[in-house]
Amino acid sequence: MTKHPKPDDKPQVETTGHSWDGIEELNNPLPRWWLWTLYGTIVFAVIYVILYPAWPMVNGATKGVLGWSTRADVQMHIEQVDASQTEMRASLTQTDLGALDRNPELMEFAMNAGAAVFRTNCSQCHGSGAGGAVGYPNLLDDDWLWGGMVEDIAYTVRHGIRNEDDPDARYSQMPAFGEMLDRDQIATLVAHVRSLPDGADPLSGPGGQLFADNCTSCHGDDARGDRTQGAPNLTDAIWLYGDSPEQVTRIITRGPFGVMPPWNTRLSEAEIRAVAAYVHGLGGGEPNAAP
Amino acid sequence: MMSDIPQNLYAARVPIFPRRVQGRFRRLKWWIMAATLAIYYLTPWLRWDRGPNLPDQAVLVDLANRRFYFFWIEIWPHEFYFVAGLLVMAGVGLFLFTAMLGRVWCGYACPQTVWTDLFLVIERWVQGDRNARMRLHQAPWTGRKIRLMGTTWALWLMVALATGGAWVFYFTDAPELARQLVTLSAPPIAYATIAILTATTFVFGGFMREQVCIYMCPWPRIQGAMMDPGTLTVAYRDWRGEPRGRGLRRQAAGLRVTGPQIGGRAPLIPMPGVPDTTTHVQGPGDCIDCNACVNVCPMGIDIRDGQQMACITCALCIDACDQVMEKIGRPRGLIDYLALSDAPREAAGGAHIPAWRHALRPRNLIYLAIWLAIGAALVFALFIRPQIELTVAPVRNPTFVTLSDGSVRNAYDVRLRNKHHDARIFTLTPGADSMTELQVEGHQDGQVPVPADAQTRVRVYLTAPAGSPPATGDHSPVRIWVEDAISGERAHVDSTFNGKDSR
Repeated sequence: MTKHPKPDDKPQVETTGHSWDGIEELNNPLPRWWLWTLYGTIVFAVIYVILYPAWPMVNGATKGVLGWSTRADVQMHIEQVDASQTEMRASLTQTDLGALDRNPELMEFAMNAGAAVFRTNCSQCHGSGAGGAVGYPNLLDDDWLWGGMVEDIAYTVRHGIRNEDDPDARYSQMPAFGEMLDRDQIATLVAHVRSLPDGADPLSGPGGQLFADNCTSCHGDDARGDRTQGAPNLTDAIWLYGDSPEQVTRIITRGPFGVMPPWNTRLSEAEIRAVAAYVHGLGGGEPNAAP
Repeated sequence: MMSDIPQNLYAARVPIFPRRVQGRFRRLKWWIMAATLAIYYLTPWLRWDRGPNLPDQAVLVDLANRRFYFFWIEIWPHEFYFVAGLLVMAGVGLFLFTAMLGRVWCGYACPQTVWTDLFLVIERWVQGDRNARMRLHQAPWTGRKIRLMGTTWALWLMVALATGGAWVFYFTDAPELARQLVTLSAPPIAYATIAILTATTFVFGGFMREQVCIYMCPWPRIQGAMMDPGTLTVAYRDWRGEPRGRGLRRQAAGLRVTGPQIGGRAPLIPMPGVPDTTTHVQGPGDCIDCNACVNVCPMGIDIRDGQQMACITCALCIDACDQVMEKIGRPRGLIDYLALSDAPREAAGGAHIPAWRHALRPRNLIYLAIWLAIGAALVFALFIRPQIELTVAPVRNPTFVTLSDGSVRNAYDVRLRNKHHDARIFTLTPGADSMTELQVEGHQDGQVPVPADAQTRVRVYLTAPAGSPPATGDHSPVRIWVEDAISGERAHVDSTFNGKDSR
């Protein structure tokens, strides 16, 4: 009668000779298909190396006979996306911007495209959240120097402000009053202007006469500004260049000259319209005049 | 058995030709196979009416629209914790079943086992049972062999195709996709998925079989850590079976009459149904070394070698041995579901402990309690789910905006979720005591239409008047309410309002 293995017998296979506290490492053979799988991966690797970029060289890598590259792949996808958006771009170019919100699909396209355009081209000055900075207008608020309707914004983007490159750029210049007024007069004017948001009468008080002589031609008798000249409303709570006495003194003395480049040379009309719609939708956009 | 000649580094697969077997466990496995295959193939074709705006497929994983439908339940992506909960339940369930019944999953419900079983049915149907298949395997490649093998493989391929094909129906409308597949207008990904799953089913079910369990699956390795001495598993009563006797039995029986007289001679082997009066004092055990248990084993192992990693506990050897025991007139259960702790006790003459007592061990009850608790929590969470929801993400770039009249405004990205199956208009309002005014970009009066079963993102502004505490202060708590005008449901989210002092 042959001896049959009992359940607690050790498996009768070769061990590697390694033993840890009596636990031995068995040396079972691998299944042969596993070996073929390994060979398969090697064959795959060889074919891959022939077809695709693989070996790093001093400059770049081997090209592979298919000529595939990640850059070309990205380029192809960009072109695909561009092609898929042709129709939307065309209809955005032709549409009446003021009526954009009546076409939700186009509106969504414009908002998303505009956000991308903004992040790439506008955020450097206006901030990635469009919150602006000293000298660079905050686009989230309801205060607009040159108009806050979507067409006004599109014009500003298209031609820019106070630049030498576009004859249609919005243009105005506040003089440097340091050349015309003495320090005491400027100090008086600064105090007067800083009191305007609190409801002071622009034309009375110690600075009233100075204001009437020097400022009203642009900022108006009521100090509420003039959008055709980009003259800011001095009675509101928003101060582009800061509201401290030092900041206001500097502006009156030297005169501000904020420049925005024209974007019609760099952005397509569709992109300009998209970014205008986006900025208009950031919370401060003014509704269009009734048609 | 260390030998000086190193064994081969690689071992070819030894083909296995499991013999057909009948018995209680085989019957149970047929039923489980029919049920699992029916569930798999038919589920995508069940319909469930959800109204005009939603798909009418009862079980649908809608990846494109980020929805999971299960009959009356609909899971949104942010409710993935339900799926996570189900996975935890599946895990605890696996602990429970492994602690209770060892590798019962492997033996009965694992797709690899079920499909291998199905492929074996086909193989047996075309080529015959074990001996015929072995002969065919040894035979040279004649026309008959090519025909039989070709038929088998063609049938396997059809099953594999149906298997791969059924999978894709879970991910989109089944009838529509079926039409597209037939007219060759389905998306390429559908064909690719079917091709891959057809290939894996064909290869795993037809050719790899036990190799998948032994070499590819991690579960056999994990099981050892999860079983304990009280776990029921398929085992051999070696104290009863050993020493094995082939022909020795006859001697041990002492040629005593144990059955009815037939033609004046006593049968040498006890008859079924006739009490066995043979005395087994010394000599061979019940195992007659007929190898029936080995011949039926789909893993090609010998259960009499004891517990082993390759055993999937499919219990077919129990059926095979029971048949033999019946023929030789010995009680069934030489190979049986046993707990490892039973072995020494029964070997020493102790009583058999019934299976239910092993099943009701504290460990199993604790698993069951955990499993039930998670299940109850999930069901509870399912029923208290609101139909409308919102999330509020404060815009923090910049933290606040001063408006021309000196008022202070904060912006919030608000996501409104409408889980109703028709479009609703949501009305957004600020909390009553927040002293802020609420506006929604692009929507008058805070009225936002949200399509059926959809989420809409809007930009919401809260504005605090100039000089008010929220405007001049640091951080103020605010609340945003949303109300569904039709159902009257309300939901709210608390957030923070940044005043000028927060700079």
